[in-house]
Amino acid sequence: MKEMISTDKLVFEYIRRDEEGNVEGITRAVDEVDLRVKQGQFIAILGHNGSGKSTLAKHFNALLFPTEGEVYIDGMLTDKEENLWEIRQEAGMVFQNPDNQIIGQVVEEDVGFGPENMGVPTEEIWERVDESLKAVRMDKFRKSSPNHLSGGQKQRVSIAGVIAMHPKCIIMDEPTAMLDPNGRREVIRAARALNQVEGITVILITHYMEEVVDADRVFVMDKGRIVMEGTPRQVFSQVEKLKELRLGVPQVTMLAYELRKSGLPIPDPILSRKELVEALKACR
Amino acid sequence: MSIIVNHVNYIYEEDTAMAHPALIDINLQIPEGQFIGLIGHTGSGKSTLIQHLNGLIKPTSGEIFYNNQDINEPGYNKKVLRSQVGLVFQYPEHQLFETDCFKDVCFGPKNMGLPKKEVELRAYTALKQVGFEDEYFYQSPFDLSGGQKRRVAIAGVLAMKPEVLILDEPTAGLDPKGREDILRLISDLHAKMRITVILVSHSMEDVADYVDRIIVMNKGRVAFDAPPKEVFAHYRELEEMELAAPQVTYCMQDLAAAGFDVDTSVTTLEEAKKEILKAFGKC
Repeated sequence: MKEMISTDKLVFEYIRRDEEGNVEGITRAVDEVDLRVKQGQFIAILGHNGSGKSTLAKHFNALLFPTEGEVYIDGMLTDKEENLWEIRQEAGMVFQNPDNQIIGQVVEEDVGFGPENMGVPTEEIWERVDESLKAVRMDKFRKSSPNHLSGGQKQRVSIAGVIAMHPKCIIMDEPTAMLDPNGRREVIRAARALNQVEGITVILITHYMEEVVDADRVFVMDKGRIVMEGTPRQVFSQVEKLKELRLGVPQVTMLAYELRKSGLPIPDPILSRKELVEALKACR
Repeated sequence: MSIIVNHVNYIYEEDTAMAHPALIDINLQIPEGQFIGLIGHTGSGKSTLIQHLNGLIKPTSGEIFYNNQDINEPGYNKKVLRSQVGLVFQYPEHQLFETDCFKDVCFGPKNMGLPKKEVELRAYTALKQVGFEDEYFYQSPFDLSGGQKRRVAIAGVLAMKPEVLILDEPTAGLDPKGREDILRLISDLHAKMRITVILVSHSMEDVADYVDRIIVMNKGRVAFDAPPKEVFAHYRELEEMELAAPQVTYCMQDLAAAGFDVDTSVTTLEEAKKEILKAFGKC
Protein backbone atom coordinates (compact mmCIF):
# COMPACT_ATOMS: atom_id res chain seq x y z
CA MET A 1 0.00 0.00 0.00
CA LYS A 2 1.13 3.50 -0.77
CA GLU A 3 2.27 5.78 1.98
CA MET A 4 0.00 8.75 2.63
CA ILE A 5 2.14 10.44 5.24
CA SER A 6 5.71 9.83 6.16
CA THR A 7 7.98 11.89 8.35
CA ASP A 8 11.68 11.47 8.65
CA LYS A 9 13.33 12.66 11.87
CA LEU A 10 10.88 15.54 12.02
CA VAL A 11 11.86 18.28 14.48
CA PHE A 12 9.93 21.45 15.13
CA GLU A 13 11.14 24.20 17.44
CA TYR A 14 9.20 27.20 18.66
CA ILE A 15 11.42 30.18 19.23
CA ARG A 16 10.27 32.37 22.10
CA ARG A 17 11.24 36.02 21.84
CA ASP A 18 11.04 38.89 24.34
CA GLU A 19 9.53 42.30 23.56
CA GLU A 20 12.65 43.48 21.70
CA GLY A 21 12.64 40.38 19.54
CA ASN A 22 15.67 38.76 21.19
CA VAL A 23 15.55 35.00 21.48
CA GLU A 24 14.53 34.03 25.01
CA GLY A 25 14.47 30.34 24.57
CA ILE A 26 13.68 27.48 22.26
CA THR A 27 11.01 24.87 22.85
CA ARG A 28 11.26 21.63 20.95
CA ALA A 29 7.61 20.77 20.32
CA VAL A 30 8.24 17.85 17.99
CA ASP A 31 11.37 15.82 18.56
CA GLU A 32 12.69 13.46 15.87
CA VAL A 33 9.41 11.88 14.92
CA ASP A 34 9.43 9.06 12.37
CA LEU A 35 5.91 8.15 11.42
CA ARG A 36 4.37 6.24 8.54
CA VAL A 37 0.70 6.27 7.63
CA LYS A 38 -0.50 4.07 4.78
CA GLN A 39 -3.23 5.14 2.45
CA GLY A 40 -6.69 4.20 3.71
CA GLN A 41 -5.69 3.77 7.36
CA PHE A 42 -7.58 5.15 10.35
CA ILE A 43 -4.96 6.53 12.69
CA ALA A 44 -5.37 7.98 16.16
CA ILE A 45 -2.89 10.22 17.94
CA LEU A 46 -3.11 10.48 21.73
CA GLY A 47 -1.09 12.59 24.12
CA HIS A 48 -1.54 15.00 27.01
CA ASN A 49 -1.94 18.76 26.57
CA GLY A 50 1.34 20.12 25.31
CA SER A 51 2.71 16.76 24.12
CA GLY A 52 3.09 18.00 20.54
CA LYS A 53 0.11 16.33 18.82
CA SER A 54 -1.31 19.44 17.20
CA THR A 55 2.08 20.76 16.19
CA LEU A 56 2.79 17.45 14.52
CA ALA A 57 -0.61 17.41 12.80
CA LYS A 58 -0.09 20.90 11.39
CA HIS A 59 2.86 19.54 9.45
CA PHE A 60 0.55 17.13 7.63
CA ASN A 61 -1.05 19.82 5.53
CA ALA A 62 1.89 22.17 5.44
CA LEU A 63 0.62 24.72 7.94
CA LEU A 64 3.96 24.31 9.68
CA PHE A 65 7.29 23.33 8.21
CA PRO A 66 9.93 21.23 9.94
CA THR A 67 12.88 22.91 11.65
CA GLU A 68 14.82 19.73 10.84
CA GLY A 69 13.88 16.57 8.98
CA GLU A 70 11.32 16.00 6.28
CA VAL A 71 7.61 15.44 5.81
CA TYR A 72 6.16 13.74 2.74
CA ILE A 73 2.46 13.84 1.95
CA ASP A 74 1.52 11.37 -0.75
CA GLY A 75 5.14 11.41 -1.83
CA MET A 76 5.36 15.21 -2.00
CA LEU A 77 7.86 17.07 0.15
CA THR A 78 6.03 19.77 2.15
CA ASP A 79 9.00 22.13 2.13
CA LYS A 80 8.70 22.74 -1.61
CA GLU A 81 6.46 25.65 -2.39
CA GLU A 82 5.25 24.23 -5.70
CA ASN A 83 3.71 21.32 -3.75
CA LEU A 84 1.72 23.49 -1.32
CA TRP A 85 -1.56 23.73 -3.22
CA GLU A 86 -1.73 20.06 -3.97
CA ILE A 87 -0.81 19.06 -0.43
CA ARG A 88 -3.45 21.28 1.11
CA GLN A 89 -6.04 19.92 -1.27
CA GLU A 90 -5.07 16.32 -0.62
CA ALA A 91 -4.81 16.65 3.14
CA GLY A 92 -7.68 18.58 4.70
CA MET A 93 -7.88 19.67 8.29
CA VAL A 94 -10.77 19.91 10.78
CA PHE A 95 -10.22 21.82 14.02
CA GLN A 96 -11.70 21.79 17.52
CA ASN A 97 -14.12 24.68 17.43
CA PRO A 98 -16.74 24.42 14.66
CA ASP A 99 -17.63 28.10 15.05
CA ASN A 100 -14.18 29.17 13.89
CA GLN A 101 -14.32 27.17 10.69
CA ILE A 102 -17.69 27.96 9.18
CA ILE A 103 -17.82 31.02 6.99
CA GLY A 104 -20.89 30.58 4.76
CA GLN A 105 -24.33 32.03 5.49
CA VAL A 106 -25.94 28.85 4.19
CA VAL A 107 -24.64 25.31 4.68
CA GLU A 108 -24.25 24.54 0.95
CA GLU A 109 -22.33 27.76 0.41
CA ASP A 110 -19.91 26.86 3.17
CA VAL A 111 -19.27 23.39 1.78
CA GLY A 112 -18.79 24.82 -1.73
CA PHE A 113 -16.14 27.29 -0.60
CA GLY A 114 -13.22 24.88 -0.89
CA PRO A 115 -13.90 23.56 -4.42
CA GLU A 116 -14.78 27.06 -5.60
CA ASN A 117 -11.37 28.26 -4.42
CA MET A 118 -9.77 25.42 -6.31
CA GLY A 119 -11.41 26.60 -9.53
CA VAL A 120 -13.77 23.66 -9.92
CA PRO A 121 -16.50 24.37 -12.53
CA THR A 122 -19.81 25.52 -11.00
CA GLU A 123 -21.82 22.45 -11.95
CA GLU A 124 -19.27 20.14 -10.44
CA ILE A 125 -19.16 22.23 -7.27
CA TRP A 126 -22.84 21.52 -6.70
CA GLU A 127 -22.32 17.83 -7.33
CA ARG A 128 -19.51 17.79 -4.81
CA VAL A 129 -21.57 19.72 -2.25
CA ASP A 130 -24.33 17.15 -2.71
CA GLU A 131 -22.19 14.08 -2.24
CA SER A 132 -20.18 15.59 0.65
CA LEU A 133 -23.29 16.52 2.62
CA LYS A 134 -24.68 13.05 2.01
CA ALA A 135 -21.45 11.45 3.20
CA VAL A 136 -21.82 13.14 6.62
CA ARG A 137 -25.61 12.76 6.60
CA MET A 138 -26.27 16.49 6.55
CA ASP A 139 -28.01 16.74 3.15
CA LYS A 140 -31.30 17.63 4.88
CA PHE A 141 -29.72 20.83 6.15
CA ARG A 142 -28.37 21.99 2.81
CA LYS A 143 -30.31 25.25 2.82
CA SER A 144 -30.06 25.91 6.58
CA SER A 145 -28.09 28.63 8.25
CA PRO A 146 -25.08 27.16 10.08
CA ASN A 147 -25.94 29.33 13.10
CA HIS A 148 -28.97 27.20 13.81
CA LEU A 149 -27.16 23.88 13.88
CA SER A 150 -25.97 21.95 16.92
CA GLY A 151 -22.25 21.59 17.60
CA GLY A 152 -22.09 18.09 16.13
CA GLN A 153 -23.95 19.19 13.02
CA LYS A 154 -21.66 22.18 12.54
CA GLN A 155 -18.65 19.94 12.90
CA ARG A 156 -20.06 17.61 10.24
CA VAL A 157 -20.53 20.59 7.93
CA SER A 158 -16.85 21.43 8.48
CA ILE A 159 -15.98 17.86 7.54
CA ALA A 160 -18.18 18.06 4.43
CA GLY A 161 -16.33 21.23 3.47
CA VAL A 162 -13.11 19.25 3.53
CA ILE A 163 -14.55 16.26 1.65
CA ALA A 164 -15.79 18.54 -1.13
CA MET A 165 -12.15 19.21 -1.97
CA HIS A 166 -11.77 15.47 -2.65
CA PRO A 167 -8.90 14.95 -0.24
CA LYS A 168 -7.06 11.68 0.17
CA CYS A 169 -6.58 12.36 3.85
CA ILE A 170 -8.41 14.19 6.63
CA ILE A 171 -6.68 15.35 9.79
CA MET A 172 -9.03 15.99 12.70
CA ASP A 173 -7.60 17.86 15.65
CA GLU A 174 -9.87 17.19 18.65
CA PRO A 175 -13.04 17.51 16.55
CA THR A 176 -15.24 16.34 19.45
CA ALA A 177 -13.81 18.33 22.37
CA MET A 178 -16.69 20.80 22.46
CA LEU A 179 -19.56 18.44 21.64
CA ASP A 180 -22.28 16.69 23.63
CA PRO A 181 -22.31 12.85 23.70
CA ASN A 182 -24.53 12.56 20.64
CA GLY A 183 -22.53 15.13 18.70
CA ARG A 184 -19.39 13.16 19.50
CA ARG A 185 -20.97 9.94 18.25
CA GLU A 186 -22.14 11.59 15.00
CA VAL A 187 -18.72 13.02 14.21
CA ILE A 188 -16.89 9.78 14.93
CA ARG A 189 -19.44 7.84 12.87
CA ALA A 190 -18.93 10.26 9.97
CA ALA A 191 -15.16 9.85 10.24
CA ARG A 192 -15.43 6.06 10.19
CA ALA A 193 -17.78 6.11 7.20
CA LEU A 194 -15.38 8.30 5.21
CA ASN A 195 -12.60 5.92 5.98
CA GLN A 196 -14.48 2.73 5.18
CA VAL A 197 -16.73 3.81 2.32
CA GLU A 198 -14.61 6.43 0.58
CA GLY A 199 -11.26 5.00 1.56
CA ILE A 200 -10.05 8.36 2.88
CA THR A 201 -7.11 8.22 5.28
CA VAL A 202 -8.15 9.63 8.66
CA ILE A 203 -5.87 11.01 11.36
CA LEU A 204 -7.84 11.58 14.55
CA ILE A 205 -6.39 13.50 17.47
CA THR A 206 -8.45 13.16 20.62
CA HIS A 207 -8.56 13.12 24.42
CA TYR A 208 -11.47 10.68 24.46
CA MET A 209 -10.09 7.16 24.70
CA GLU A 210 -13.38 5.50 23.63
CA GLU A 211 -13.09 7.13 20.21
CA VAL A 212 -9.87 5.32 19.50
CA VAL A 213 -10.81 1.65 19.98
CA ASP A 214 -11.67 1.09 16.30
CA ALA A 215 -8.58 2.76 14.86
CA ASP A 216 -6.13 0.71 12.82
CA ARG A 217 -3.20 2.17 14.66
CA VAL A 218 -2.61 4.41 17.67
CA PHE A 219 0.35 6.67 18.28
CA VAL A 220 0.94 8.11 21.75
CA MET A 221 3.01 11.26 22.12
CA ASP A 222 4.90 12.68 25.07
CA LYS A 223 7.35 15.59 25.08
CA GLY A 224 7.29 15.78 21.29
CA ARG A 225 8.21 12.15 20.78
CA ILE A 226 6.19 9.09 19.88
CA VAL A 227 6.44 6.92 22.97
CA MET A 228 3.93 4.19 22.22
CA GLU A 229 2.66 2.78 18.95
CA GLY A 230 0.44 -0.13 18.05
CA THR A 231 -3.09 -1.38 17.62
CA PRO A 232 -5.63 -0.11 20.16
CA ARG A 233 -5.45 -3.53 21.79
CA GLN A 234 -1.69 -3.29 22.24
CA VAL A 235 -1.82 0.28 23.51
CA PHE A 236 -4.77 -0.09 25.88
CA SER A 237 -3.27 -3.15 27.54
CA GLN A 238 -0.74 -0.81 29.18
CA VAL A 239 -3.02 0.93 31.66
CA GLU A 240 -0.29 1.99 34.08
CA LYS A 241 1.94 3.42 31.38
CA LEU A 242 -0.94 5.41 29.87
CA LYS A 243 -1.75 6.82 33.31
CA GLU A 244 1.84 7.96 33.70
CA LEU A 245 1.44 9.78 30.39
CA ARG A 246 -1.60 11.64 31.81
CA LEU A 247 -3.92 9.53 29.67
CA GLY A 248 -6.36 6.76 30.42
CA VAL A 249 -8.31 3.93 28.84
CA PRO A 250 -12.02 3.64 27.98
CA GLN A 251 -14.20 3.14 31.06
CA VAL A 252 -15.07 -0.44 30.10
CA THR A 253 -11.37 -1.27 29.68
CA MET A 254 -10.68 0.20 33.12
CA LEU A 255 -13.51 -1.83 34.63
CA ALA A 256 -12.13 -5.04 33.13
CA TYR A 257 -8.65 -4.10 34.36
CA GLU A 258 -9.96 -3.61 37.92
CA LEU A 259 -11.88 -6.90 37.80
CA ARG A 260 -8.78 -8.70 36.63
CA LYS A 261 -6.81 -7.25 39.52
CA SER A 262 -9.51 -8.57 41.85
CA GLY A 263 -8.97 -12.07 40.54
CA LEU A 264 -11.44 -12.62 37.70
CA PRO A 265 -9.72 -14.34 34.75
CA ILE A 266 -10.56 -11.78 32.05
CA PRO A 267 -8.36 -11.41 28.96
CA ASP A 268 -6.34 -8.26 28.58
CA PRO A 269 -7.42 -5.73 27.35
CA ILE A 270 -11.20 -5.50 26.94
CA LEU A 271 -12.16 -2.81 24.42
CA SER A 272 -15.94 -2.99 24.19
CA ARG A 273 -19.01 -3.79 26.26
CA LYS A 274 -19.60 -6.84 24.11
CA GLU A 275 -16.15 -8.20 24.86
CA LEU A 276 -16.71 -7.67 28.56
CA VAL A 277 -19.99 -9.58 28.56
CA GLU A 278 -18.42 -12.45 26.61
CA ALA A 279 -15.41 -12.54 28.91
CA LEU A 280 -17.58 -12.61 32.03
CA LYS A 281 -19.79 -15.33 30.53
CA ALA A 282 -16.67 -17.42 30.06
CA CYS A 283 -15.82 -16.93 33.76
CA ARG A 284 -19.11 -18.37 34.93
CA MET B 1 -28.71 30.73 51.62
CA SER B 2 -30.10 29.36 48.43
CA ILE B 3 -31.13 30.06 44.88
CA ILE B 4 -34.75 29.78 43.80
CA VAL B 5 -35.69 29.93 40.15
CA ASN B 6 -39.39 30.61 39.84
CA HIS B 7 -41.27 30.17 36.53
CA VAL B 8 -38.43 31.62 34.49
CA ASN B 9 -38.89 32.07 30.75
CA TYR B 10 -36.35 33.55 28.43
CA ILE B 11 -36.95 34.43 24.80
CA TYR B 12 -34.03 35.26 22.50
CA GLU B 13 -34.52 38.24 20.19
CA GLU B 14 -38.00 38.90 21.49
CA ASP B 15 -40.18 41.08 19.28
CA THR B 16 -38.31 40.08 16.12
CA ALA B 17 -39.05 37.47 13.48
CA MET B 18 -36.15 35.45 14.92
CA ALA B 19 -37.70 35.16 18.40
CA HIS B 20 -37.29 31.72 19.93
CA PRO B 21 -37.60 30.50 23.49
CA ALA B 22 -34.36 29.46 25.18
CA LEU B 23 -35.83 28.74 28.62
CA ILE B 24 -39.38 27.59 29.21
CA ASP B 25 -40.94 27.68 32.67
CA ILE B 26 -37.88 26.77 34.71
CA ASN B 27 -38.47 26.04 38.40
CA LEU B 28 -35.55 25.06 40.58
CA GLN B 29 -34.43 25.19 44.19
CA ILE B 30 -30.75 25.08 44.89
CA PRO B 31 -30.07 24.80 48.61
CA GLU B 32 -26.72 25.67 50.14
CA GLY B 33 -23.90 23.18 49.86
CA GLN B 34 -25.13 20.94 47.06
CA PHE B 35 -22.92 19.63 44.26
CA ILE B 36 -25.05 19.75 41.13
CA GLY B 37 -24.36 18.53 37.61
CA LEU B 38 -26.11 20.39 34.80
CA ILE B 39 -26.27 18.42 31.57
CA GLY B 40 -28.02 18.84 28.23
CA HIS B 41 -27.30 18.81 24.50
CA THR B 42 -25.71 21.86 22.82
CA GLY B 43 -28.40 24.51 22.59
CA SER B 44 -30.52 23.01 25.39
CA GLY B 45 -30.36 26.19 27.46
CA LYS B 46 -27.69 25.28 30.05
CA SER B 47 -25.51 28.31 29.48
CA THR B 48 -28.51 30.65 29.27
CA LEU B 49 -29.73 29.28 32.59
CA ILE B 50 -26.47 29.76 34.45
CA GLN B 51 -26.13 33.30 33.16
CA HIS B 52 -29.47 34.03 34.79
CA LEU B 53 -28.20 32.86 38.16
CA ASN B 54 -25.72 35.70 38.57
CA GLY B 55 -27.78 38.30 36.80
CA LEU B 56 -25.94 38.46 33.48
CA ILE B 57 -29.22 37.82 31.68
CA LYS B 58 -32.61 39.03 32.86
CA PRO B 59 -35.52 36.62 32.44
CA THR B 60 -38.29 37.57 30.01
CA SER B 61 -40.68 36.55 32.77
CA GLY B 62 -40.37 34.90 36.19
CA GLU B 63 -38.04 35.59 39.10
CA ILE B 64 -34.72 34.47 40.49
CA PHE B 65 -34.22 34.73 44.23
CA TYR B 66 -30.83 34.66 45.89
CA ASN B 67 -31.04 34.46 49.68
CA ASN B 68 -34.72 35.35 49.48
CA GLN B 69 -34.16 38.51 47.45
CA ASP B 70 -35.31 38.97 43.87
CA ILE B 71 -32.09 39.71 42.01
CA ASN B 72 -33.85 41.59 39.23
CA GLU B 73 -35.64 44.07 41.51
CA PRO B 74 -34.57 47.65 40.89
CA GLY B 75 -31.86 48.63 43.36
CA TYR B 76 -30.60 45.08 43.95
CA ASN B 77 -26.81 45.13 44.14
CA LYS B 78 -25.70 42.91 41.25
CA LYS B 79 -22.06 43.64 41.81
CA VAL B 80 -22.21 41.94 45.19
CA LEU B 81 -24.29 39.12 43.68
CA ARG B 82 -21.61 38.45 41.10
CA SER B 83 -18.94 38.09 43.75
CA GLN B 84 -21.17 35.69 45.68
CA VAL B 85 -22.27 33.65 42.69
CA GLY B 86 -19.01 33.11 40.82
CA LEU B 87 -19.18 32.02 37.21
CA VAL B 88 -16.27 30.30 35.47
CA PHE B 89 -16.92 30.44 31.75
CA GLN B 90 -15.98 27.88 29.13
CA TYR B 91 -12.30 28.11 28.23
CA PRO B 92 -11.74 30.61 31.06
CA GLU B 93 -8.04 30.77 30.22
CA HIS B 94 -8.96 32.99 27.28
CA GLN B 95 -9.89 35.63 29.83
CA LEU B 96 -6.50 35.74 31.52
CA PHE B 97 -4.89 39.03 30.62
CA GLU B 98 -2.45 40.21 33.29
CA THR B 99 1.34 40.04 33.09
CA ASP B 100 1.58 37.52 35.92
CA CYS B 101 -0.70 34.98 37.56
CA PHE B 102 -0.85 36.76 40.92
CA LYS B 103 -2.02 40.05 39.38
CA ASP B 104 -4.61 38.23 37.34
CA VAL B 105 -6.15 36.66 40.42
CA CYS B 106 -6.09 40.05 42.20
CA PHE B 107 -8.33 41.57 39.53
CA GLY B 108 -11.64 40.30 40.97
CA PRO B 109 -11.18 41.29 44.61
CA LYS B 110 -9.58 44.59 43.55
CA ASN B 111 -12.72 45.39 41.59
CA MET B 112 -14.77 44.69 44.70
CA GLY B 113 -13.06 47.71 46.24
CA LEU B 114 -11.21 45.79 48.95
CA PRO B 115 -8.06 47.20 50.55
CA LYS B 116 -4.79 46.17 48.89
CA LYS B 117 -3.71 43.90 51.76
CA GLU B 118 -6.99 42.00 51.70
CA VAL B 119 -6.85 41.72 47.89
CA GLU B 120 -3.39 40.18 48.03
CA LEU B 121 -4.25 37.88 50.89
CA ARG B 122 -7.27 36.61 49.00
CA ALA B 123 -5.30 36.12 45.79
CA TYR B 124 -2.64 34.21 47.69
CA THR B 125 -5.21 32.00 49.42
CA ALA B 126 -7.10 31.34 46.19
CA LEU B 127 -3.97 30.31 44.31
CA LYS B 128 -3.07 28.00 47.19
CA GLN B 129 -6.58 26.54 47.15
CA VAL B 130 -6.21 25.53 43.53
CA GLY B 131 -2.89 23.88 44.32
CA PHE B 132 -0.65 26.46 42.66
CA GLU B 133 3.02 26.44 43.62
CA ASP B 134 4.63 29.68 44.86
CA GLU B 135 7.31 29.57 42.17
CA TYR B 136 4.70 30.10 39.42
CA PHE B 137 2.98 33.08 41.06
CA TYR B 138 4.91 35.68 39.11
CA GLN B 139 5.05 33.82 35.84
CA SER B 140 3.07 35.00 32.86
CA PRO B 141 -0.20 33.03 32.72
CA PHE B 142 0.42 32.50 29.01
CA ASP B 143 3.45 30.30 29.63
CA LEU B 144 1.45 27.73 31.61
CA SER B 145 -0.10 24.44 30.45
CA GLY B 146 -3.82 24.25 29.66
CA GLY B 147 -4.74 22.74 33.03
CA GLN B 148 -2.61 25.25 34.95
CA LYS B 149 -4.17 28.21 33.13
CA ARG B 150 -7.57 26.91 34.01
CA ARG B 151 -6.55 26.72 37.68
CA VAL B 152 -5.51 30.36 37.62
CA ALA B 153 -8.85 31.30 36.07
CA ILE B 154 -10.73 29.38 38.76
CA ALA B 155 -8.57 31.02 41.45
CA GLY B 156 -9.60 34.39 40.02
CA VAL B 157 -13.21 33.57 40.84
CA LEU B 158 -12.42 31.95 44.21
CA ALA B 159 -10.61 35.10 45.31
CA MET B 160 -13.98 36.82 45.42
CA LYS B 161 -15.01 34.24 48.06
CA PRO B 162 -18.15 33.08 46.30
CA GLU B 163 -20.85 31.10 48.08
CA VAL B 164 -21.88 29.49 44.83
CA LEU B 165 -19.43 28.41 42.15
CA ILE B 166 -20.75 27.74 38.65
CA LEU B 167 -18.41 26.16 36.11
CA ASP B 168 -19.29 25.87 32.43
CA GLU B 169 -17.52 22.79 31.08
CA PRO B 170 -14.36 23.28 33.11
CA THR B 171 -12.70 20.19 31.64
CA ALA B 172 -13.32 20.76 27.90
CA GLY B 173 -10.16 20.23 25.88
CA LEU B 174 -8.07 18.87 28.77
CA ASP B 175 -6.29 15.51 28.71
CA PRO B 176 -7.67 12.74 30.97
CA LYS B 177 -5.30 13.51 33.85
CA GLY B 178 -6.02 17.24 33.55
CA ARG B 179 -9.75 16.48 33.64
CA GLU B 180 -9.41 14.37 36.75
CA ASP B 181 -7.24 16.98 38.50
CA ILE B 182 -9.72 19.79 37.88
CA LEU B 183 -12.69 17.68 38.98
CA ARG B 184 -10.86 16.58 42.15
CA LEU B 185 -10.06 20.21 42.87
CA ILE B 186 -13.69 21.25 42.49
CA SER B 187 -14.84 18.34 44.61
CA ASP B 188 -12.32 19.31 47.34
CA LEU B 189 -13.46 22.94 47.29
CA HIS B 190 -17.01 21.74 47.71
CA ALA B 191 -16.14 19.40 50.57
CA LYS B 192 -13.79 21.69 52.49
CA MET B 193 -15.30 25.12 51.98
CA ARG B 194 -18.93 24.04 51.72
CA ILE B 195 -19.32 25.99 48.47
CA THR B 196 -22.40 25.18 46.41
CA VAL B 197 -21.17 23.93 43.05
CA ILE B 198 -22.99 23.79 39.73
CA LEU B 199 -20.98 21.88 37.17
CA VAL B 200 -22.00 22.07 33.51
CA SER B 201 -20.59 19.08 31.67
CA HIS B 202 -20.83 16.99 28.52
CA SER B 203 -19.14 14.05 30.19
CA MET B 204 -21.67 11.72 31.76
CA GLU B 205 -18.91 9.74 33.47
CA ASP B 206 -17.57 12.85 35.20
CA VAL B 207 -20.99 13.92 36.37
CA ALA B 208 -21.81 10.44 37.67
CA ASP B 209 -18.56 10.27 39.64
CA TYR B 210 -18.83 13.57 41.45
CA VAL B 211 -22.27 15.16 41.89
CA ASP B 212 -25.20 14.54 44.29
CA ARG B 213 -27.86 15.79 41.96
CA ILE B 214 -28.28 16.09 38.19
CA ILE B 215 -30.40 18.63 36.38
CA VAL B 216 -31.04 17.65 32.76
CA MET B 217 -32.02 20.38 30.31
CA ASN B 218 -33.75 19.55 27.05
CA LYS B 219 -35.00 22.11 24.53
CA GLY B 220 -35.21 24.85 27.14
CA ARG B 221 -37.00 22.80 29.79
CA VAL B 222 -35.88 20.85 32.84
CA ALA B 223 -36.33 17.22 31.78
CA PHE B 224 -35.01 15.51 34.92
CA ASP B 225 -33.88 16.69 38.32
CA ALA B 226 -32.77 13.85 40.58
CA PRO B 227 -29.76 11.98 41.99
CA PRO B 228 -27.45 10.43 39.32
CA LYS B 229 -28.81 6.89 39.74
CA GLU B 230 -32.38 7.95 39.07
CA VAL B 231 -31.45 10.17 36.14
CA PHE B 232 -29.29 7.59 34.39
CA ALA B 233 -31.99 4.94 34.83
CA HIS B 234 -33.75 6.93 32.09
CA TYR B 235 -30.90 6.28 29.68
CA ARG B 236 -33.21 5.68 26.72
CA GLU B 237 -34.89 9.05 27.18
CA LEU B 238 -31.47 10.63 27.69
CA GLU B 239 -30.36 9.23 24.34
CA GLU B 240 -33.35 10.84 22.68
CA MET B 241 -32.13 14.11 24.23
CA GLU B 242 -28.74 13.62 22.52
CA LEU B 243 -27.21 12.52 25.83
CA ALA B 244 -26.23 9.14 27.23
CA ALA B 245 -25.49 7.26 30.43
CA PRO B 246 -21.97 6.46 31.63
CA GLN B 247 -20.36 3.52 29.81
CA VAL B 248 -20.51 1.34 32.96
CA THR B 249 -24.28 1.77 33.20
CA TYR B 250 -24.58 0.28 29.72
CA CYS B 251 -22.22 -2.52 30.73
CA MET B 252 -24.50 -3.42 33.61
CA GLN B 253 -27.53 -3.38 31.33
CA ASP B 254 -25.75 -5.74 28.93
CA LEU B 255 -24.73 -8.03 31.77
CA ALA B 256 -28.25 -8.15 33.19
CA ALA B 257 -29.54 -8.97 29.70
CA ALA B 258 -27.02 -11.80 29.50
CA GLY B 259 -28.47 -13.28 32.68
CA PHE B 260 -26.10 -11.93 35.33
CA ASP B 261 -27.63 -10.97 38.65
CA VAL B 262 -26.40 -7.36 38.80
CA ASP B 263 -27.93 -4.03 39.77
CA THR B 264 -28.42 -2.01 36.58
CA SER B 265 -28.63 1.37 38.33
CA VAL B 266 -24.86 1.50 38.73
CA THR B 267 -23.25 4.74 37.49
CA THR B 268 -19.63 4.62 38.64
CA LEU B 269 -16.71 2.31 37.99
CA GLU B 270 -16.28 1.52 41.67
CA GLU B 271 -19.92 0.42 42.03
CA ALA B 272 -19.78 -1.62 38.85
CA LYS B 273 -16.72 -3.45 40.08
CA LYS B 274 -18.40 -4.29 43.40
CA GLU B 275 -21.60 -5.46 41.69
CA ILE B 276 -19.79 -7.77 39.30
CA LEU B 277 -17.55 -9.21 42.02
CA LYS B 278 -20.65 -9.77 44.14
CA ALA B 279 -22.33 -11.64 41.27
CA PHE B 280 -19.28 -13.90 41.18
CA GLY B 281 -19.42 -14.36 44.95
CA LYS B 282 -16.06 -12.65 45.39
CA CYS B 283 -17.09 -10.08 47.92
